[in-house]
Amino acid sequence: MTALLEVSGIAKRFGRVVTATDVSFHVGAGEVLGVVGPNGAGKSTMLDIVNGTQRPDAGRVLLDGDDVTSLGAAGRGRRGIGRTYQVPRPFGGLTVFENVLVGATFAGGARGRQAHRAALDAIETAGLTHVVNTDAASLRLLDRKRLELARALATEPRLILLDEIAGGLTEAELPELVALIARLRDAGLGVVWIEHIVHALLQVVDRLMCLAMGEVVATGDPHAVMASPAVMEVYLGSVAEGGA
Amino acid sequence: MSAAKEAPHAVVRRGGRSSVAGAAVMVAAVVVLAVWVPYNVSLGGLTQLVGLFSLIILATTWNLLAGYGGLVSIGQQAFIGAGGYGVIYLADAVGLPLVIALLLAAVVAGLLAFVTSFLVFRLVGGYFAIGTWVLAEGFKLLTTQVDALGGGSGLSLQAFSGTDRVTRIATVYWLGLALAVIVVVATYVLMRSPVGLGLTAIRDDVKAASSLGVHVRRWQRFVYVAASAGAGLAGALIAVNALRVSPDSIYSVNYSAFMIFIVVIGGLGTIEGPIIGAVVFFVLQQQLSSYGTWYLVALGALAVVVVLFAPTGVWGLLTRGRLEMFPLGHRVEVDRPAAAGGGRAGRRSATRA
Repeated sequence: MTALLEVSGIAKRFGRVVTATDVSFHVGAGEVLGVVGPNGAGKSTMLDIVNGTQRPDAGRVLLDGDDVTSLGAAGRGRRGIGRTYQVPRPFGGLTVFENVLVGATFAGGARGRQAHRAALDAIETAGLTHVVNTDAASLRLLDRKRLELARALATEPRLILLDEIAGGLTEAELPELVALIARLRDAGLGVVWIEHIVHALLQVVDRLMCLAMGEVVATGDPHAVMASPAVMEVYLGSVAEGGA
Repeated sequence: MSAAKEAPHAVVRRGGRSSVAGAAVMVAAVVVLAVWVPYNVSLGGLTQLVGLFSLIILATTWNLLAGYGGLVSIGQQAFIGAGGYGVIYLADAVGLPLVIALLLAAVVAGLLAFVTSFLVFRLVGGYFAIGTWVLAEGFKLLTTQVDALGGGSGLSLQAFSGTDRVTRIATVYWLGLALAVIVVVATYVLMRSPVGLGLTAIRDDVKAASSLGVHVRRWQRFVYVAASAGAGLAGALIAVNALRVSPDSIYSVNYSAFMIFIVVIGGLGTIEGPIIGAVVFFVLQQQLSSYGTWYLVALGALAVVVVLFAPTGVWGLLTRGRLEMFPLGHRVEVDRPAAAGGGRAGRRSATRA
């Protein structure tokens, strides 16, 4: 069976800075892949390459077995890849509703009442109903993060890429987010979730991937990955370094 | 999804009672301009009003480009010139009826914009702005090299030579009014459509827009071509009104300065702003033009004051966002589940911050 998302042999560098060397992974429908790694590991760049914001120097991105490497972000959004940005990118001159309507209309392909419905549902799911008519420019950070999620959901994606959406949430709000992600998985979506808050991540991910210096350090069972010496070394520094 | 909560009944509204009243005022103004003004204003006054109509077209289309599309051009005079030369050439040398020549001149300007977009779209931001100006200077230099276009001295319109002055001026006046109304209404319809939503998204954040499925390049090119066709139309109207074109005046960078002034004064990113701004500019031009350089100083000072103290322009200052003659936004109004039956009294409308 073909995976929903198949990423193979991705390489990307900016001058001398290498952000990916031969990265490969896959995500199935109804599966959550967690991604961890230190700052600068190339996690957000990987999402950019998966959703078409950046082109890789080498490698391929397959969605449902179709090669989408040559498509731009808009084309991939229409094919069902939704994504949130780590640093929120609201349309400041539009209201929350209109922001989300952009996703429902363009990537979602809905029109009129159908688009309104999709946008309102996504706003409800992301918990933004209380600010539905507020200009996005005047939202506080937490609501901006929720807006990222609402816009991505309104595109009715098959694969959703979440870039550190739990950052800034309170301990009380985390379970809500984890439950939401579980619901998305149960509805058959593929989810890629980059997050530093590991205990939240471990509650819902099916597999975990650790990136460092643009390479896959470990991938597989979440607890096994977190316990593996290679990952410990990435996070805690190598023993040799400590002894030198 | 499994967790289907009972969603409250929500209604999406665009515009309200105030916009109906606003639209009525607008329609009344157009009717007065169409029916009363031509019989009660001097011929010279009518010719000046045609100038106002072309300013409204120019400002509306520049606002479409910069205020919605996020493409700040200072070279739209390239297409004003193409339209001005186009209409005279098509009417005199080709012999087309004037109205057809006018519309075709706009099409020619749009085509030129499409072709040159592949050049200027390689530039962004300030570089794009300067690039468009360079393009306009290039158009001017090319025009002066073509003998059929009168070289450095320009062309005079012959198509009206058999027509008496009153008929000619009345014809141009009604034509100009009709074109201005058509351009404003078309811009409004476009901006109310999903295209307008996508354009605004592009203006605010290109990356996010494209991740949400908006084909950024395609729509930017579309809006560049549409705005340039509008500039061509205005150029054609200017040429027909003046009965002649010359390269130095029709390709003047002053047009870009005026367009920016009008849109900034009136209110960027609204349909009403450019119209109000054009009227303000027109009145200032009429009142102050005898003061020479002081006129330009006054314009500049006014622009500075508006930018500092009323960044949303005269329109934004007057209405504070409460009145929209041309409503583009969406308001979601949520009925409380308790108020079943959708009674108006039970409506809770979330307010703008």
